[in-house]
Amino acid sequence: MSKAKPTTKSKPSPRAKSTAKARPQLPKAPTGIQGLDEITEGGLPKGRPTLVCGGAGCGKTLLAMEFLVRGATEFDEPGVFMAFEESAQDLTQNVASLGFDLNDLVARKKIVLDYVHIERSEIEESGEYDLEGLFIRLGSAIASIGAKRVVLDTIETLFAGLSNQTILRAELRRLFLWLKDKGVTAIITGERGDGTLTRQGLEEYVSDCVIVLDHRVTEQTSSRRLRVVKYRGSTHGSNEYPFLIDEDGISVLPITSLSLDHKASSERISSGVARLDAMLGGAGYYRGSSVLVSGTAGTGKSSLAAHFADAACRRGERVLYFAFEESPDQIMRNMRSIGIDLQQWIKKGLLQIQAHRPSSAGLEMHLVMMHKLIADFKPRVAILDPLSSYVIGDNQIEVKSMLMRLVDFLKTRQITGLFTNLAQGGSPVGQTEIAISSVIDTWLLLRDIDGGGECNRGLSILKSRGMAHSNQIREFLLTDHGVELRDVYVGPEGVLTGSARLTKEAENEAEQLVRNQDVELRQIELERKRTTLEAQIAVLRAEFAVQEIASLKIIGQEKAQKAQLAQGRVDMGISRKVDAKPNKRKGGSK
Amino acid sequence: MKMNSARSAQPKAKASQLEIVPSQYILKLYVAGQSPKSTNAIVNIKKICEENLQGRYELDVIDLYQQPQLAQGEQIIALPTLIRKLPPPLRRIIGDLSNTERVLVGLDIQSKP
Repeated sequence: MSKAKPTTKSKPSPRAKSTAKARPQLPKAPTGIQGLDEITEGGLPKGRPTLVCGGAGCGKTLLAMEFLVRGATEFDEPGVFMAFEESAQDLTQNVASLGFDLNDLVARKKIVLDYVHIERSEIEESGEYDLEGLFIRLGSAIASIGAKRVVLDTIETLFAGLSNQTILRAELRRLFLWLKDKGVTAIITGERGDGTLTRQGLEEYVSDCVIVLDHRVTEQTSSRRLRVVKYRGSTHGSNEYPFLIDEDGISVLPITSLSLDHKASSERISSGVARLDAMLGGAGYYRGSSVLVSGTAGTGKSSLAAHFADAACRRGERVLYFAFEESPDQIMRNMRSIGIDLQQWIKKGLLQIQAHRPSSAGLEMHLVMMHKLIADFKPRVAILDPLSSYVIGDNQIEVKSMLMRLVDFLKTRQITGLFTNLAQGGSPVGQTEIAISSVIDTWLLLRDIDGGGECNRGLSILKSRGMAHSNQIREFLLTDHGVELRDVYVGPEGVLTGSARLTKEAENEAEQLVRNQDVELRQIELERKRTTLEAQIAVLRAEFAVQEIASLKIIGQEKAQKAQLAQGRVDMGISRKVDAKPNKRKGGSK
Repeated sequence: MKMNSARSAQPKAKASQLEIVPSQYILKLYVAGQSPKSTNAIVNIKKICEENLQGRYELDVIDLYQQPQLAQGEQIIALPTLIRKLPPPLRRIIGDLSNTERVLVGLDIQSKP
């Protein structure tokens, strides 16, 4: 895959499937099976046989049948199904549940069903023989509808019916060559053998493409997987891919091949709690980010999740809620108690709650189911509540890898994921049981703060990538109108919450009151002083005015006396016949 | 392709003398054209029938190349295939019938001493 050169003509697909090459490609027959064409990069090798093998009940027949039916209905390639194990009637009934109407397809000459029945007890062998009968049969079936696809469902059954292995092997080799000659795309199924892919070593004859199906049970839960072991002349996804058999047939999800190239949105969306939004840089989470809410039991993880769901629905966005511990009904009842009505969103089709027990299927199956549901419902927000229930026994590594893939998947689709995680009491803060912190963008920590004889909830943001977030612990209250965040009291006594906080707040208030009164008193005092002073000033002013008048009066009298005295001297001079003026001046100056 | 059809009426007196009603054998031999195995099988079965079932058998030889549609109904895989339609139960013998012993066992015929 690494050698792949992006073609010039192919449009860039979001799935980084630019593996289409400029060089000539092997012609391929699309299977129409969800995901399988993606893994095989186009389908099975056209005109060649493909071996599908696996243990009992792993879905070989179904895969082969779906290949045929899809070929007949979607790609206009009629097909022949040669069954060695099930009768045509059984087959028709078995696949009817998947919506395949074989009777109709047979009537429309799209499919031929041929049941080859070999009864060992009826058969006696005498001398040389060959399988020309099978060739003739198959040839006539192919010719009757112009088939392009052929399925031989467990041809190995022949080995049980016929004893001469040498002849059988030679004939099988001839059969596969003959199929190639005919140019039909064939699927040959084979039962898994001991140490070999098939019991009779069919892989020796069919070597163009080999697909192994597996149905394994770990920790009492089963998961189906598919792997393309080899594919001559083509690149292919080589991992084991989980697949699902449901009412739509088979879906394979190539979920292990995700790359780290998702876009990062700078759009912010509300967490549903205004105060929390304020803590998260004032605007809430980033769209398409992953949010982890971890905390010990009963700290309000689900409530926070419900708030987020509610907020998203209010914006008219679809929300897919995976619950692993509570039934949808229970969630809705519980959320109603804190004033969140989720029922209305379900009615409007904006919210879907999927409740499963984690033990109901293997991890891969869960992932596949989630993929499928997400692909169908196309939510903008996905909630998993809680992740920790996936951890059963010692499967943390698997859980981690699964969650990483889930987070990647959500991110490529720009779906905001909110996960809750139940932290065990006593485990170090900042470490989840499922060590997924590396894939989490925003991590909220809910915890119990005990003190003063009570247990209160505290919320803090452990990390939030790409935003200036608050470093404060807030008290987390569940009220009948939802979650509320309050400032905790931080003082010399430490962090106080609950009634201790209330007490402290009351104390503070009282203190404040006293202080306020003090200030008031001082102000009154000041005012009084001012008044006194002003009164004194007025008195002084009045006194001064009186004195001024008196002084002026005296000054006036003095002046008058002085003038009188001068006049008297002049008069005296006149009377004494004083000299002319200069003398007079001298005399005047003396 | 019908190559031979031998039928002979049962002489009733003879049958009662033997106190065993010899059963009527209806045999069908499916072959693929003129391949060596096919021709060998035809030769062999004719010989066996003449030697062991003289007068109480009916043999059809069918070439599947001519009538391929018969293969499915008769559940034929290997060729040549000899099918004993009667007497019941249905028996199949595959191969060129060169092993006479096995053919007789397969057809449930006691070989003549």
